[in-house]
Amino acid sequence: MAAVAAPQLLLLTDIDEPGLCTREVYERRGGYESLRRALAMEPGEVLAQIKASGLRGRGGAGFAMGTKVSFLPQGSMDKYLVCNADESEPGTFKDRELMQKTPHMLIEGIVIASYAAQTSRAFLYIRGEYVLQADVLDAALAEAREAGYVGEDILGSGHSLSLVVHRGAGAYICGEETGLLDSLEGKRGNPRLKPPFPAVQGLYQGPTLINNVETLSTVPAIIRLGGEQYAQLGVETSTGTKLVSVSGHVERPGNYEIELGIPSREIIYGLAGGPPRGRGVKCWFPGGSSSPVLTADELDVPYDFDSLGKAGSMLGSGAIIVVDDATPIVDVAMKVAKFYRHESCGKCTPCREGTNWTVKMLERIDCGEATPMDLEIMASVQEHIIGNCLCVLGDAMAMPIGSMVAKFREEFEAHIEAARVRRGLGETPGPRTGGA
Amino acid sequence: MSADEQELELELDLELPLEAAGGPPQPVRRYEHGSRVPGWDEAVDLEKDPAEIPDPASTEVPAQLREQIETQMANYPDRRSAALPALAAAQRVHGWCSPEAIEQVACVMRVTPAYLESVASFYDMLETTRVGRHSVYVCTNISCSLRGADALYETVLRAAAGDPEFNVRSFECLGACDIAPMASVDGVYVGPLRTEDVPRLLEDVRAGGPVLADLQLARRLVADPRANSREYPQHPPEHAGGPAEGSS
Repeated sequence: MAAVAAPQLLLLTDIDEPGLCTREVYERRGGYESLRRALAMEPGEVLAQIKASGLRGRGGAGFAMGTKVSFLPQGSMDKYLVCNADESEPGTFKDRELMQKTPHMLIEGIVIASYAAQTSRAFLYIRGEYVLQADVLDAALAEAREAGYVGEDILGSGHSLSLVVHRGAGAYICGEETGLLDSLEGKRGNPRLKPPFPAVQGLYQGPTLINNVETLSTVPAIIRLGGEQYAQLGVETSTGTKLVSVSGHVERPGNYEIELGIPSREIIYGLAGGPPRGRGVKCWFPGGSSSPVLTADELDVPYDFDSLGKAGSMLGSGAIIVVDDATPIVDVAMKVAKFYRHESCGKCTPCREGTNWTVKMLERIDCGEATPMDLEIMASVQEHIIGNCLCVLGDAMAMPIGSMVAKFREEFEAHIEAARVRRGLGETPGPRTGGA
Repeated sequence: MSADEQELELELDLELPLEAAGGPPQPVRRYEHGSRVPGWDEAVDLEKDPAEIPDPASTEVPAQLREQIETQMANYPDRRSAALPALAAAQRVHGWCSPEAIEQVACVMRVTPAYLESVASFYDMLETTRVGRHSVYVCTNISCSLRGADALYETVLRAAAGDPEFNVRSFECLGACDIAPMASVDGVYVGPLRTEDVPRLLEDVRAGGPVLADLQLARRLVADPRANSREYPQHPPEHAGGPAEGSS
């Protein structure tokens, strides 16, 4: 089932070659050939290739890119392409690597995608913290404009594209697509009600295609290989290769390109080296801190969209965070909850209040004021957040916290009791069901 | 009876010294007016009309800043899209989004200061109070904290205490978990940092040269390039509790 042979590298080929971020070196190794080939085809053919590739969005939701493109209405109107480079999901740093090391690949992908979607304006929303990467992109964009890859009548094809690098200013929620659009329009980054979806009514009320950096960076490879050939990589419903950012308690944290569908253990132990010697895995987040945690028993789950979904978690942004067995789970939960409390934009009550109360309850657990009954309340708070907000930020806290309470309940209970004893309150009195 | 017991427990609870709890949350402090926000009602003058779009004739804007903002506005179909880049540019000039800075941006963009104020207060990187010139953002999110970021943050905070030049903040995931624990010093990513590196970090900033040149992210290769090109291990390691697996 899983691929064992050396993977075919598409995104990280020659990634550390000096000067890969310049047009000269990028062209020398075949850069912008895919663009020429794509522009020689009809836009519909390019779209057909993307559809045939089965490429699913790499930003978190895993929605098929080809389908997303085809949601855009036809006809002449102001349509927009937005590249989501607001990579803020804790544990994720793959887009950073791509933008810094091989910015032309991203630009090429954006131009091809804009041709397939027939949009003439594109914006790249990069998080404000990525100063170096934004500078690299600006320089690469200037080179691409000079060479006629971006601008009016690209390579004589009649297709035009203006591309603007827009720097954010530090807000996790701007990675959410509608929050990003509001931020790009110069407002506070509050998510919008969906529907209408951005493909129908997005930036400046026009139809908008929003894709992640890695998704767009993959497009040149799809055109080069052909959609069908690309779909040979990976497994049936998760095609191709994926960048995985491994961090936390592993020997070799970093970005690894894998073929989707290999066992997660091979990523965590084989590539990243596993936890430091003598320690084991307590739990791991398969797709950024928003994904429900999996335990050491679930290390053999194949790393692809559907297998992780079946295991009760998600592939998300492809960020594996490994927590070793020496770390108290309450500390992990607290870090996660505090982050979402800070980043909640405050628009929807379940998220704004739910994240706040979850932190308060965790603090009570930690300082010995809680009883095991509080775990029930905490779990029910999580349930009331999920699905009740405009965006998934609240869910992004509720899912991992809910999974931690469910999977490490005994440890939570032991933590509560130990903290109570430390505080001098003694064991929890009476049966645990008592009301009042 | 059981209710009495509970009441007793509650009282005990309140009298316990805080240390016994091992760093518990502080009870919510309230001010005389009942709010948790000190002086929340002092700055508001309900009699005053809201500030209007500043008059270009009486608002002085540095020529360079004006040019930057105008260039940004030309990039977008709607000029308001330039709010973030414009505020960032003003912050570079003024050091923070001061009322003066906001007025200047509002004047060039032809929007009200209140609109920009609402934007500036939303984003972490736009400062709405006066801060030190050099920003040190220490990432304290999950991946970095698993590798000791909290101790690092404390160390930086202590080392820079009393120096008004520094703006030390704990920051949400900066997207560099491969060099955890890390910090962004005036926008330059450095890591992995040990607490011993902190004095050198501050010295480098004071000296004005490159900060921790040997630890900058820009120099880092993709982690273990061999790991990406060699074959995957044919046989996964025995069990999760075992020692770390090398190459296959």
